[in-house]
Amino acid sequence: MSKPTVKEVLLNPILNNNPIALQILGICSALAVTSNLKTAVVMSIALTLVTACSSMFISMIRSQIPSSIRMIVQMVIIASLVIVVDQLLRAYAFSLSKQLSVFVGLIITNCIVMGRAEAFAMQNPPLLSFMDGIGNGLGYSAMLITLGVIRELFGAGKLFGIEIIALAKDGGWYVPNGLLLLPPSAFFLIGLIIWGLRTWKKEQVEKPAFRMAPQVVEKEAY
Amino acid sequence: MEHLISLFVRSVFIENMALSFFLGMCSFIAISKKVETAIGLGVAVVVVQAITVPANNLMYNLLLREGALAWAGLPEVDLSFLGLLSYIGVIAAIVQILEMLLDKYMPSLYNALGIFLPLITVNCVIMAGSLFMVERDYTLAESAVYGVGSGASWALAIALLAGIREKLKYSDVPEGLQGLGITFITIGLMSLGFMSFSGVQL
Repeated sequence: MSKPTVKEVLLNPILNNNPIALQILGICSALAVTSNLKTAVVMSIALTLVTACSSMFISMIRSQIPSSIRMIVQMVIIASLVIVVDQLLRAYAFSLSKQLSVFVGLIITNCIVMGRAEAFAMQNPPLLSFMDGIGNGLGYSAMLITLGVIRELFGAGKLFGIEIIALAKDGGWYVPNGLLLLPPSAFFLIGLIIWGLRTWKKEQVEKPAFRMAPQVVEKEAY
Repeated sequence: MEHLISLFVRSVFIENMALSFFLGMCSFIAISKKVETAIGLGVAVVVVQAITVPANNLMYNLLLREGALAWAGLPEVDLSFLGLLSYIGVIAAIVQILEMLLDKYMPSLYNALGIFLPLITVNCVIMAGSLFMVERDYTLAESAVYGVGSGASWALAIALLAGIREKLKYSDVPEGLQGLGITFITIGLMSLGFMSFSGVQL
């Protein structure tokens, strides 16, 4: 396998190999924190930093980690970084950290961090791993921010809490779609984004698990 | 007693871990292609959750909480910032011990759960169970009930989703939606269904 370049690892995860849309990683928090843009942005920054730093540190000591306990070592590094982020948020943005509640802590078990550490950082030098972490963080952020914008703009007519579209109840013209603020809408939106992305980039389409043989009479197929 | 039953029902239906908090989504989507494996993973989650939440509750109340170390002569020590690290440590250790115990004493169960146990360490449901327990200040009894309930809620959701996906594979899905896309939309619809429980007051 040829050595991946810095540009590749940085930009590929955004569209070609998006952690959420293609690798099925880190979906939990993507859904829960996106009902407004502010939490989505804070979560993206936090996750990007944690992924990048943990990848770098794990890659630095990758030849010293015995493979039988590598999970625990990775976990300890990730958990320590998350504690730093959590304490920083509590110190400088307390109300925001209350709003994010358990989801900052859940970065530890976010599959993106663990997945990149395991799949990339264990084989590659520190700088490249750092870039890979940033890249995947950006892919995750792109998805989160898109969702956050759509959900907050059309669900509440606001962005960052500032009114953009005048709401009908205050004499404007827009009747907000309350469904967008509720959990299920996030699933629909991600489903639709994946659909769009895969229509554009055909090679990401999955093979159907089952296809009816052409000569079978329809009745027999069931 | 009534209070505990209501907590259980609430944690299974109203505050469903998978469908209203979106936790454990990664394995929820990855391992829901077959009903059998889905139920296997679901049971494993219930078991681990039922042990780790009370264990973390004990640890939080006896070691980490502000003033919890009074018995050791250190009443002003507050170790709660170490919470995240210790919960994940406890979870990883318990999963490891459980794996070894099952291997020794219940090989049939071990073979059934085997591959899923290590996966559970990084399942957000387990971690979230402990974090919610701390945030909501549950007592030991409450946290035991909550552990079982939240595990069961996740198991229920993954079993339902696997049932739907098994049928869904025979349907004609548009090309770009194939696989992941349609799964998301299915979960969305399920979550919409579960929202109807949210009005239930106990």
